[in-house]
Amino acid sequence: MSFRPFVVAWKELLQLRRDRMTLAMMVALPLLQLLLFGYAINTDVRHMPTLVYDQDRSVASRDFAASLAATGFYDVVGHVGGYAEIEQALRRGQARVALVVPPHYGEKLAAGKPARLQLIVDGSDPQTVASATNTATGMALARSSELMLQRLAASGSGVAFQPLEIEPATWYNPELRTAVYVVPGLVGVILTMTMVMLTAMAVARERERGTLEQLIVSPVRPVELVVGKIAPYVIIGYVQMTIILLAGRLIFHVPFLGSLPLLYALAFVFIAANLAVGLFFSTVARTQQQAMQMSFFFLLPNILLSGFMFPFEGIPRPAQIPALALPLTHFMRIVRAIALKGGGFEDVYGELVWLVCILGILILVSSLRFRKKLL
Amino acid sequence: MSEPVIVTRGLSRHFGAFVAVRDVSLEVQKGEIFGVLGPNGAGKSTTIRMLCGILDPTSGEGRVVGFDIRREAERVKERIGYMTQRFSLYEDLTVEENLKFYAGIYGVSFGRRKKRVGEVLERTGLVGRRGQLAGTLSGGWKQRVALASATIHEPPLLFLDEPTAGVDPVSRREFWEQIHRLAHEGTTVLLTTHYMDEAERCHRLAFIFRGSVLDVGTPDEVVARRRLRGAELESDRAQESADRLRGDAEVDEVAHYGNVLRVVTRNDADPSVVIARVLTGPLAPRNVRPARVGVEDAFVSMVRTEADADASPHRAAS
Repeated sequence: MSFRPFVVAWKELLQLRRDRMTLAMMVALPLLQLLLFGYAINTDVRHMPTLVYDQDRSVASRDFAASLAATGFYDVVGHVGGYAEIEQALRRGQARVALVVPPHYGEKLAAGKPARLQLIVDGSDPQTVASATNTATGMALARSSELMLQRLAASGSGVAFQPLEIEPATWYNPELRTAVYVVPGLVGVILTMTMVMLTAMAVARERERGTLEQLIVSPVRPVELVVGKIAPYVIIGYVQMTIILLAGRLIFHVPFLGSLPLLYALAFVFIAANLAVGLFFSTVARTQQQAMQMSFFFLLPNILLSGFMFPFEGIPRPAQIPALALPLTHFMRIVRAIALKGGGFEDVYGELVWLVCILGILILVSSLRFRKKLL
Repeated sequence: MSEPVIVTRGLSRHFGAFVAVRDVSLEVQKGEIFGVLGPNGAGKSTTIRMLCGILDPTSGEGRVVGFDIRREAERVKERIGYMTQRFSLYEDLTVEENLKFYAGIYGVSFGRRKKRVGEVLERTGLVGRRGQLAGTLSGGWKQRVALASATIHEPPLLFLDEPTAGVDPVSRREFWEQIHRLAHEGTTVLLTTHYMDEAERCHRLAFIFRGSVLDVGTPDEVVARRRLRGAELESDRAQESADRLRGDAEVDEVAHYGNVLRVVTRNDADPSVVIARVLTGPLAPRNVRPARVGVEDAFVSMVRTEADADASPHRAAS
């Protein structure tokens, strides 16, 4: 082993130190993304503006509206006197949900006749629909079985309990906070973004400025050059990872249950895989700008398919195959398993095997191309 | 007699059907400044790339600084310096950092590195600028840093690919002083250039055209072999006179210098005789005087002759 990789790494660090913009970006980017994703992305829909069109105006109808509001999912923003008003409010986005209580609702309930309520939901946002209808339906069901039990008890039949009950228990993220789910995954997204881009640009920059030609003529071997160029970025990757985990803990109180050393060790394979992708891009790109564009293009499927934004199981089958080839898909599972579920090595072993295989193929492809392109 | 620093036999390189370099056989001795001349695309760079060991020849063989360019390319790379017209410097590193980097890459031992960097800074007059970022230097200074980088490991052989392109005349002159000093100390220099005054400063030259070496020798030998003679004349009707002269079979080249025409004749024909024969009556020139024939004349003549030989008869007649 020669000392040339160290010389290259030393040079790369010197250049980085002078490149304030890139340095600032590498620290600011994870923080910015963290705040953005942590605060802005909210998949648990709460506080939906709700209208009430109460044609009954009885105690029973007011009672139902009040208990809807009490769930926290619906904020009653107004009472209206007709469908026209509901339509207008939904169209303007002033309300997303409307509860319609028909006349004689209270009387029917009291008389033991079936009573119907209507829930109108703005379907232009599919996530709202599911939340809004499920919650309201659940409430109505609970209310009817309650009434049924009361009536059964009154008639003296003796079955004064619910025959079947589900008691849901949510593990690992009991409050269903988005930040808890998003922050560990964000580690993977940020690493993918910066590692791929920085490597691709670092090599493209040498090509653009003509220094690569000088290096080709020198006795430095391609592998020495690659190792030396990449090493400083591995360090940067770890710094970013630490920033996200720390800030996630301080700002969003994201727990970390598993072993930190285990995550840092496995992250090395993931970082290396991304650097290899960047290296491959650098053999294709002629300029830094092209390298940047390719990196962004690569980022998109990573965000959409890796399970970061949407559950992997929800991705259509044909798209799952390319998704499995992305290093991020596997790292996403590793980081969530370790950080949120306290998983150990044996729990993430399978994903590690995937990562190592992907890394092997990437190194093979990009080093073959890198060698060929140098000459 | 020691082995030549560069020796090639029938070196050729094809790119698909295109022959970039054809059957090049050269010998360059220790301490020589060897110039390679040729129009753009003649195969100069391809030849240098093969000699540096970064491009395998399609056929033929070559030994550079005692090693086979095909099988011992790594050995060759360690013992040569290489500088291009782009002065491949890291603009965001200081002069000293650039030198240290190349010293490290070329395997100058850590203990020796500091001393070597100091020596090279001293020699190239860069001491006062050691802490300046390379990107903020002017062209002439960049060239000095590039030369300093290329010689940091004291290579016995230096390749310079158009090293003075785009550099002011004063810097060029200083650069050549450096080159001669290096050669005097035993470094062999192989360079390409488009400046003919620089070609005259080489010990020996090779003309390359369309991948083939047309002639090799000292500047005087190369010029003498073309059998050219020159004269200058003054005329008020320079354009007309030039057109008339160019139509003559014995005239190789006519060049304008204001009202002065420089005429070069072929086959040792006496230019004053040719001029007297062609320019008569109202075109009769003033002040005809002999002029020196240089490498530039030889180069232009050689390239024209080769191009004409390939071209159609129409073109040769025009």
